[in-house]
Amino acid sequence: MVDAAILGRVFLTISTTGTPERPATDLGFLLHKHPDRAQAFSTSHGTAHVFYPEAGAERCTAALLLEVDTVALVRRGKGRGRGGAPDAALAQYVNDRPYAASSLLAVALSNVFSSAMKGQCAARPERAEQPLPLRIEVPALPARGGPELVRRLFEPLGWTADVQEVALDAEFPEWGASRYVGLVLEGERRLAEALRHLYVLLPVLDDAKHYWVSSDEVDKLLRAGDGWLPGHPEQKLITSRYLSRRWSLTRRAMERLELVRLAEADDSTVEEIDNAVDERTDTEESPVPLAVRRREAIVAALREAGAGRVLDLGCGQGQLVQELLKDRRFTEVVGVDVSMRALTVAARRLRLERMGERQSSRVRLFQGSLAYTDSRLKGYDAAVLSEVVEHLDPPRLPALEYAVFGSARPRTVLVTTPNVEYNVRWESLPAGHVRHGDHRFEWTREEFRAWAAAVAGRHGYGVRFVPVGPDDPEVGPPTQMAVFTLDAAPGPTAPGPDTPDPDPNTPHPDAPAAKEEKAA
Amino acid sequence: MTDETGTAARDGAAHDVPAENAATHDVPAEDAAAHDTSAEDAHVTPAEGAAANGTAAQDAAAGRVLPVTDLSLVVLIGASGSGKSTFARRHFKPTEVISSDFCRGLVADDENDQSASGDAFDVLHYIAGKRLAAGRRTVVDATSVQQDSRRQLIELARKHDVLPIAIVLDVPEEVCARRNAARADRAGMPRRVIQRHTRELRRSLRHLEREGFRKVHVLRGVAEVENARTSTEKRFNDLRHLTGPFDIVGDVHGCSAELEALLGRLGYVDGVHPEGRTAVFVGDLVDRGPDSPGVLRRVMSMVEAGTALCVPGNHENKYGRHLKGRRVQLTHGLAETVAQMEGESEEFRQRVRTFIDGLVSHYVLDGGRLVVCHAGLPEKYHGRTSGRVRSHALYGETTGETDEFGLPVRYPWAEDYRGRAAVVYGHTPVLQATWLNNTICLDTGAVFGGKLTALRWPERELVDVPAERVWYEPVRPLRTEAPGGHDGRPLDLADVHGRRTVETRHAGRVAVREENAAAALEVMSRFAVDPRLMPYLPPTMAPTPTSRVEGYLEHPAEAFAQYAEDGVERVVCEEKHMGSRAVALVCRDAAAARDRFGVDGPTGSLYTRTGRPFFDDAAVTEEVLGRVRDAAGAAGLWEELATDWLLLDAELMPWSLKASGLLRTQYAAVGAAAGAVLPGALAALDAAAARGVDVDGLLSRQRGRAADAAAFTDAYRRYCWPTDGLEGVRLAPFQILAAQGRSLAALPHDEQLALIDRMVEHDGSGLLQTTRRLFVETGDPESVRAGTDWWLEMTGRGGEGMVVKPAGAVVRGPQGRLVQPGVKCRGREYLRIVYGPEYTRPENLERLRHRFLNHKRSLAVREYALGLEALDRLADGEPLWRVHEAVFGVLALESEPVDPRL
Repeated sequence: MVDAAILGRVFLTISTTGTPERPATDLGFLLHKHPDRAQAFSTSHGTAHVFYPEAGAERCTAALLLEVDTVALVRRGKGRGRGGAPDAALAQYVNDRPYAASSLLAVALSNVFSSAMKGQCAARPERAEQPLPLRIEVPALPARGGPELVRRLFEPLGWTADVQEVALDAEFPEWGASRYVGLVLEGERRLAEALRHLYVLLPVLDDAKHYWVSSDEVDKLLRAGDGWLPGHPEQKLITSRYLSRRWSLTRRAMERLELVRLAEADDSTVEEIDNAVDERTDTEESPVPLAVRRREAIVAALREAGAGRVLDLGCGQGQLVQELLKDRRFTEVVGVDVSMRALTVAARRLRLERMGERQSSRVRLFQGSLAYTDSRLKGYDAAVLSEVVEHLDPPRLPALEYAVFGSARPRTVLVTTPNVEYNVRWESLPAGHVRHGDHRFEWTREEFRAWAAAVAGRHGYGVRFVPVGPDDPEVGPPTQMAVFTLDAAPGPTAPGPDTPDPDPNTPHPDAPAAKEEKAA
Repeated sequence: MTDETGTAARDGAAHDVPAENAATHDVPAEDAAAHDTSAEDAHVTPAEGAAANGTAAQDAAAGRVLPVTDLSLVVLIGASGSGKSTFARRHFKPTEVISSDFCRGLVADDENDQSASGDAFDVLHYIAGKRLAAGRRTVVDATSVQQDSRRQLIELARKHDVLPIAIVLDVPEEVCARRNAARADRAGMPRRVIQRHTRELRRSLRHLEREGFRKVHVLRGVAEVENARTSTEKRFNDLRHLTGPFDIVGDVHGCSAELEALLGRLGYVDGVHPEGRTAVFVGDLVDRGPDSPGVLRRVMSMVEAGTALCVPGNHENKYGRHLKGRRVQLTHGLAETVAQMEGESEEFRQRVRTFIDGLVSHYVLDGGRLVVCHAGLPEKYHGRTSGRVRSHALYGETTGETDEFGLPVRYPWAEDYRGRAAVVYGHTPVLQATWLNNTICLDTGAVFGGKLTALRWPERELVDVPAERVWYEPVRPLRTEAPGGHDGRPLDLADVHGRRTVETRHAGRVAVREENAAAALEVMSRFAVDPRLMPYLPPTMAPTPTSRVEGYLEHPAEAFAQYAEDGVERVVCEEKHMGSRAVALVCRDAAAARDRFGVDGPTGSLYTRTGRPFFDDAAVTEEVLGRVRDAAGAAGLWEELATDWLLLDAELMPWSLKASGLLRTQYAAVGAAAGAVLPGALAALDAAAARGVDVDGLLSRQRGRAADAAAFTDAYRRYCWPTDGLEGVRLAPFQILAAQGRSLAALPHDEQLALIDRMVEHDGSGLLQTTRRLFVETGDPESVRAGTDWWLEMTGRGGEGMVVKPAGAVVRGPQGRLVQPGVKCRGREYLRIVYGPEYTRPENLERLRHRFLNHKRSLAVREYALGLEALDRLADGEPLWRVHEAVFGVLALESEPVDPRL
């Protein structure tokens, strides 16, 4: 196995110091690995080697080198795709796993040092119970969140953390730092604790989606975190990252592969295009209840318009749909989004599968796109485009305009969009930045009004504007809303000076012949 | 009119009750409406039943002939045992007949289970509905003696705009009873059931026409039923056998002088074309203009002489009612017609009245490829016969709203139109006749001072003459174009969404799966450029078959051998540029972009394999397009290719320009991680070795692989160089895909490259870069060796590799299938960034050679066929949705699960 593998190196060293009475080489007993031998252990992703670069009474260092078999790693996914092709999402031959201290290393740690991690040491039981002066070096630690987060995770546990950024490429200094850091931890801890810290925190920092977390992972976390995780100031982040990897992975496996492939076809990463659902900011818990205000304003406007059958165009994660379902006057609520992922999240939020028949008959979610006309969208009382237009490149706006105002043509249309003037009031937003990475533009009040007025004029709608959120006297509200109302069409037989013939033999009762004639 | 139609019309006249007779019945408006469409039907025979009263005896002897329209819903009416099933079997195809007994059996396992009748008729109506929707004649074999059951069938026929026809089998009750008694499964049927059937039948007979049956054939007695024959008749609107060529003329509105001028320009001499062409008038001959009688005289004589066809417009229809003495308002220019006609003889007015009465709402011509009507017609109404169809053909559809001039807003039916038949119509005055989704409106407002337009078919050429003056002031200004057709409006989700198959000329039907379409929809909607500016997406390309040459995963030898096996004697090897695939649509100027692609502003587009714009800044795109445009102009390509736009397949460099995200997060990251780990790991191993620990094997492996990591970093660095604006950016076109009116995909590669070389030569900006190439004869070992050496030399210097293509471009193999349009042969070093830094180690190569190319190769050909199809549709001037359908298919297929390293 070893000889045939593509051998990468994941590397980590653990050192301790000692005295003649309590020699450093006791580390060998604690780790259950003899300092004078190099040993190899087979793990699920490659071979783990343990050897000691130094082993003296004063100082002893154990090295763990994991040779990752990338071909095997990739081929593990084989059979998922057609034609025996490895699965795109799991298959990267060009992969930092062979080098980066990741979840693979954490697994190897727990395999190779399982007794040590439990604090078992028959030969030197007293030393296993005591803190040791430890120095742990991880030269390539992927750290999402940067050096800052690394310190926040390790320092509360009594470690002194020396964190160095690793440059992406010395030849291209403009690319900046990589997501790797070189980490040196120093502190007096029990070896078992130290290993359990690493076992949990390495994958948490990696925050990657490259390996399958089994369903008993919660138990593993509870065991490994026993005694230190509950009091950790970053407990929530640690827990959610550790466990969320499982969700992310299944989501990729179940829903996103087509998009992954399209991203790959274009030499880009799936995150660049599958960004409709923002996992990292949960608007529900955001301290600024702007999203809540927006929904309140929308629901109020819909009630005022007397709308019963409502389209939520660009429904995202379905918060508005959920809100509308609480009010029985909304007899039919349809959530439409172009992102399949958003729809899946929305369905989960609404618990569509478990909803009673009567309730579920009021709601539908389906994929649609406002770049195209869509006959399924015709005949509704109202359509909501909440925070949608700014996600379109301006040249594509006319298509949206026509799909909504020209083709679907609901009686009422609500459009909300950020007011860019207000951005100066966001303290956290750097000057000149948009509020969301995918915003293609943000409008001033004047720009929005000009667009809305032109749209209304072209399609026979009237429009008024409603501020959402605190209406700042200088820069206006954070969100601006336009309420479009279809101009009342004259009745089908409105008599006028140019009234067509009152011919009883109109070709067909529902034919528009009479009205038509005057145009021809 | 031709002989055939003349015959049909005469036949019709012989059988038909003229419409006004029907109108004299005291019937509800709906029935009047139905009867008002007399000319729609092949044969309207409401009096057939009455005729049968007097002539039954003679007919029975000779064998009555029952005309049955080819597309109709035939309802057999008769008591149980009257012989309906036998009759149906004798006169219709088994698949045309649906019997209620059969449907009872389907839902209840028992053909006589009356309790299952409700469900059985649901099934019957459902099947009949499907057949009628598909345009197939359907015969319902049920008793249908009750008015309510017939009403449902008549509604069904109306819903599908086909004629309901009743055939009544009026057989004596005793006969029915005797037949039932002889059948085991019906022996128990009480006599009173048959008595009731007979009673209900008798009661129904008088009302059948009133109920809405457009032909009623009553067969009285066993003999008449036995001897009757049916004859299938075509609908009046079905002139598919006429192939023209045609000259279709727009709304004339009494503009006699302009009509004569136009006919002259079209080559007609006194109403006759020397080459036998047929004129087709879209209606609205009369009203508003100076000489409606003159126009009528000309058109009527041509129709009578068989050199023209004519469909009615709403203005004829209204004038026709006036002539019949109906009360109509003399508005919208009708007063002018009435006044002008007063100078004509009564006989002429009578002729006009007969002419208008005989006009058929629309015609299906030229094998079904052409539909002519006045106000446009959705596909589902083509060749159908109903009041609704006639109304639609004459008046179009409105939205129920009115515009700022108080005129009804027309429903933009042409935007929704997806039919294969071209629909040529008039009715809505526009400034210029333009195609939209295979429809064209020819009303260019001659009477309003515009012009009178004709369309030559099948040439699709427009011929027009200007109006002599404004004859009538329009209520609103003429529209600049047909409804729709701008703002990317005609694209509909139904054109791309869900599971689909796309017909291609080169590879038949290509299927797109639903999940792939869903992913494509997301990318297309959120990230792609305007579909109007994206008439093509490049197909994926398969790699050369896996090499067995030591140290190589890909090697040219297999590529040459594969093409030799496919019968391709000459191939071109093209240098594979180290950049990103780019498609450039370059228009000669903004006007060309507007005229040909309907966009206002940009002069083209520059986009990636998935349709995304290369540059966020439109000004940078325009700068690139400007430089290409200048080079094409300096090279004389606009004139030489007689085009004002070019579609180019190209490579844009450096790769880092677009792929910087990928380079940083993946490639550079791997290099950085390797660089951070290696020194420490090697030092630790050295130290352990110095202590006498046996780590020799591990140490030597690590040392050897440090070199691999360094080679990997070198490999990706070659694709990165700094750019500043367009400084440092290179574009290497390697194929001109299309120009005005033609796809150039089949142009042999030597000719292609010659054109492109001239562009590069004439590029003063330094943007364009040539593509190095070498032609290889696959059967000549010397030539093959030269090709291999060329590749070795190029990749030895760090080149990405090459693409091997059949020199003749679109090439088919021995089985007639498309061969791979090209295979890539990637360099040994380049493949490190695909298969990882250490892929060249023998043990790794051995495993990696087990790769599966079949799906990738199939995908490459399917995408290629879709790409060719998009280009062909573009060249043929097909509607945007047709081009987009194929382009969208390429994007969707790109999301199929294929090993991404291939």
